[in-house]
Amino acid sequence: MRRIEATQRPVVTIDFENRRIEAMEGDSIAAALLNADVKSLRDTAVKATGRGPYCLMGVCFDCLVEIDSVPNRQACMIPVRHGMKVRRQTGAAKPLPVQPPGHAGTS
Amino acid sequence: MKKHHQIAVIGAGPAGLAAATEAARQGAAVVLFDEQPSPGGQIYRAIEGTSPAQKEILGKSYRHGETLARAFRDSAVDYRPGTTIWQLSAEREIGISQNGVAGVVTADQVIVATGALERPFPIPGWTLPGVATAGAAQILLKSSGLIAEKAVFVGSGPLLYLVVAQYLRAGAVPRALIDTTAPGKQWRAFPHLPGALRRWDLLREGMAWMKEIQRSGIKVVKSATDLSIEGAGEAEAVSFRDAGGKRQRIACDQVFLHQGVVPNVNLTMAAGCRHFWDAQQLCWHPQTDDWFTSSLPGISIVGDGAGIAGALAAEQAGRIAANGALKNLGHFDAAEAKSRSGPDRRSLKRERAIRPFLDQWFRPRDENRIPANAEVVVCRCEEVTARDLRAGIALGAPGPNQLKAFCRAGMGPCQGRMCGLTVTELMSAETGRPPEEIGFYRLRPPVKPLTLGELAALSLTDNG
Amino acid sequence: MVGAATAFGLQRLGLKCLMLDEGDVAFRAARGNFGLVWVQGKGVNFPPYARWTETSASLWQELAGEIRETTGVETGYSRPGGLDLFLSEEEQTAKLERYRRLAQHSDSFRYEMLDPKALSDLLPGVGPDVVGGGYSPNDGHASPLYLLRGLHAAFLARGGTIKMDARVSAISNTRGIFTVTSPGGVFEAPKLVLAAGLGNLALAPMAGLEVPVHPLRGQILVTERMQPFLKLPIMNIRQTAEGSVLLGDSHEDAGYDSGTSAGVMRDIATRVTRQLPLLARAQVVRTWGALRIMTPDGHPIYEESQSQPGAFTAVCHSGVTLAAAHVYKWAEAVRDGVIPEELEAMNTGRFADAAH
Repeated sequence: MRRIEATQRPVVTIDFENRRIEAMEGDSIAAALLNADVKSLRDTAVKATGRGPYCLMGVCFDCLVEIDSVPNRQACMIPVRHGMKVRRQTGAAKPLPVQPPGHAGTS
Repeated sequence: MKKHHQIAVIGAGPAGLAAATEAARQGAAVVLFDEQPSPGGQIYRAIEGTSPAQKEILGKSYRHGETLARAFRDSAVDYRPGTTIWQLSAEREIGISQNGVAGVVTADQVIVATGALERPFPIPGWTLPGVATAGAAQILLKSSGLIAEKAVFVGSGPLLYLVVAQYLRAGAVPRALIDTTAPGKQWRAFPHLPGALRRWDLLREGMAWMKEIQRSGIKVVKSATDLSIEGAGEAEAVSFRDAGGKRQRIACDQVFLHQGVVPNVNLTMAAGCRHFWDAQQLCWHPQTDDWFTSSLPGISIVGDGAGIAGALAAEQAGRIAANGALKNLGHFDAAEAKSRSGPDRRSLKRERAIRPFLDQWFRPRDENRIPANAEVVVCRCEEVTARDLRAGIALGAPGPNQLKAFCRAGMGPCQGRMCGLTVTELMSAETGRPPEEIGFYRLRPPVKPLTLGELAALSLTDNG
Repeated sequence: MVGAATAFGLQRLGLKCLMLDEGDVAFRAARGNFGLVWVQGKGVNFPPYARWTETSASLWQELAGEIRETTGVETGYSRPGGLDLFLSEEEQTAKLERYRRLAQHSDSFRYEMLDPKALSDLLPGVGPDVVGGGYSPNDGHASPLYLLRGLHAAFLARGGTIKMDARVSAISNTRGIFTVTSPGGVFEAPKLVLAAGLGNLALAPMAGLEVPVHPLRGQILVTERMQPFLKLPIMNIRQTAEGSVLLGDSHEDAGYDSGTSAGVMRDIATRVTRQLPLLARAQVVRTWGALRIMTPDGHPIYEESQSQPGAFTAVCHSGVTLAAAHVYKWAEAVRDGVIPEELEAMNTGRFADAAH
C-alpha cells in the first residue's frame, strides 16, 4: 500500500512479530499492517488457514490478532498506540493468566 | 454514569446523527452511542479527520458529511464514541461496553441506526489474505489515506465504481475492474426508470464516474462470470470468464469485492423485532411503519439498517423518526409531528424512487450469492463449506438453526453477518422453499463479544 | 433427543419407524443441552433414577462407538470424571450429603471430596473463593449436537424415515392402530411413542396418557474457541472438543420464553469467574436459552398408556445422559410392550401417590 499524500499526523511505532512497523496516529492496527505489506494476520482455529482483514469495519472478525498478550482482538477496531506488541493469532485463544488487581476489565 | 435516557440513538452514521441532532434541537435529552472514535458511520467515515486533499478525492457526496457532523457537534447530544452495543431488549434495555467496562442502560425511546454491511461474496478464494471489500478500500482511503497498488476491483454496484473513480483521482490505476453486472436482466430495470429519473442528479453522477473510469484506460471487463480468486497463501490473481465465455486471468496484489450492501440486522433481530425477506433487495428488512417504528413499541429503525436507500435517505428517515419519538414522548401532538416531518417525507419519497431501478440493474448474480462450487467457504468463522451445508440439508435440517446445530455455520463471533444470507439462500435453492419460509439464525445478545469478566461486573439499572 | 434415541433404538431392533419432527424454530430442548453425561447428584432421593442414570452412563461408550461405526459421526464422548466446585461451606456440606445418600443405594457410585490444593492439581487456576470440590469418576461429557446428528444419521442408516415440519396436531386410535395427523401428512402405526418434550403436554391426552411437564429455562453462555485447558467437565463449566467453553446451570421460571437475559448472564459469569478466574478474559460470543422439560419431581417419566396400549411416552431433562439407556433399554421395552422392573417406578402414578 502507499499513502496518498504526506499527512501531518505523528508517526507511531508498533511491534509486530518482533518487527518494527511505522504507522500514523489514527491508523487502525489493520491499516498499519496492510501498509507494511502484512496481509495474513492469523491462522484459523479449525484448519490453520491464513486470514487477513476483510471488512475493515468490525463485522467479519477475520482480522484477529494478539495485542499485548490479549488474544483475538479485532485489528481494524483498535487504533495503533506507541509500543504496542502485536502478534499473529495462531489458532484458538489461550486462556490468560489472571490479571493483577487494579486493572479495569480487559485492556 | 447516567442510567436512564429519554432518547437513545444507536449509530453515528447519517441516520443516527440526523436523528440525534434533530431530537436535541427540539429539546429532548438524547444520548448517542457509536463504536467508532469519531462520527460519520461508514459512508462519512473519518469526516472530521480527512484533509482537504483527501476530501477532494473522495468527492462531493462525502463532503456533505461535514455539515451533518458539525451540526451534531454543535448540538446538546450526549455523545458516547468508542462504545459497543451488545444488546437491545424489547424493554429497551441497552447493553453497552466501553473500555472493557459493560453496563446496561434504559431509554424511553430508542432509534436504531446501525447501518449496513457488504453483501457476502462467497466465491472460491474469497477468504484469502489480500481479499477485502470495496467498503474496506474506502475505509483505508478515508481513515488512513492508503491506496492498494496492483488492485483488482470485482463485482457490481455504484459503490464499486465510486471507489474506482476515487482511486483514479488519487493517481492510482487499478489493474482492472471486473464487472459482474448481468446485462441480460437489465431490461427489467426499465419499468423503474421514471422513478430513477427523479434523482437524475444521482444517475448523472454515476455516469460521470463511469466516464472517468473509461477515460482512464483501466482494463474493464464486462459481464464476468465463473469467478475465482487464486493464490498460495494470499490473493495473486482473479480468474473469470469474460462476456464471450473465454477464461481469463488477471494477476494482482489485492482484490476488492463488492456486490451491494445489506442491512446489518443482528441487533434488531436479537432484540426480537419482526423482519421480512425483501425479494427486490434480496435481504432481510425489519418491519417498520411510517414513523419507522419497528414491531416493538418505542424502538424505531432508520437508515440503511432498515433497507438500503443511501445516505441522504438515511438522514431524512433519521429526522422523521426523531419527530416520531418526540411525539411519543409528548413533546407535541401527532398533527404537529406530521407537519414537522413533512419536508423530509417528501425528500425521502424522491430519494427512494431510484432504488427499484438500482436494485434491479445491479442485481447480484445467483452464482455469486449461492456457491455451486462445493469447496467455497460459506461460514468464514467456522470454516464451513458449501459441501458441509448441503450435507446437512440432505440430512433433513429444516432451517438455518437446525443446520447450525449440524455443521456449526453461524456459531462464530460474526454471528451470521458473513454467512447468514448465503445460508438462507442456499437452503432456499436446495429445498425449493422461499427465503421467507426458510428464515434466519435465531440471534441473541451479545451481538458483539464481551468478556466474562465484563459480564460478571455488569452494572444493571436496578440493584446493580 | 429422547425421540431420536428411542427411534434409533427401535430401528436397530428391526422395527420400521417413522420419526415426526417440528420445524426449525421449535422449543428444541435438544439444542439447549449442556452435554454432560452426569451421574453425580442424580436420583439422590429416588434410587430407580440413580440406577437408570448409572446404567446409561455405563452403556454410553458402546453408543458412541456404534454411532461412530455406523455413521462416522464423532460424539466426542469421554469419561474423565466430573467435578462440582463449591463457593461456600454450605454448598459443600449440602453436596456431600447428596453424595452420601447416593452411595447408600448404589454399588457403583464413587465420589471423592477434594480440597483446593488437590483441585489445583486437576484444574488450572482454581479461584481463591473455591472452598473445595466433589469429584466422581462416573461422570463424562459429549457433544449434544453431534449426538443428535449421530442419532439421526444412525436412524436413517438403519432404514428409518424422518419427516420434518410435521408437528403432530391430532392422534386417534381405531382398533389398536394409531393415526397421527400433521402438516406433513397422516400416518398410521400399531405403536406410538410420544417424545415431544413440552409438546407432550398437549399430545398425551390424545393417546390416553397424562404427562405433567412444565418448562424450566436454562441459559448457556458460549465462549470463542480456546486452546484445550479444561480436562475435566465441571457441572457448570465444560470445554467442548472444538475448544469453546460452555457456561451454565441457571434455572428460571420464564414460561415458554427461551430468550436470554443480562441479569442471568451476569450471574453465570460471576460464578464461573470466581470458580476459575482465568476465564475472566475469555470472550462470550453467543448465548443460548433452552427450556428444560421438568416433571413435578424432576425425575423422568416412562409409561405405556393403560387405556390405549401401544402408546408410550418418555420424558426427561437429561436427554444426553440417558441417551444410551434409551437406545439400548427403553427401546426394548417399547418393542416388547413391557415396562421392565427398573422403570416401573418412573410412571406418573407416583405423582398421585405423592399427593396423598
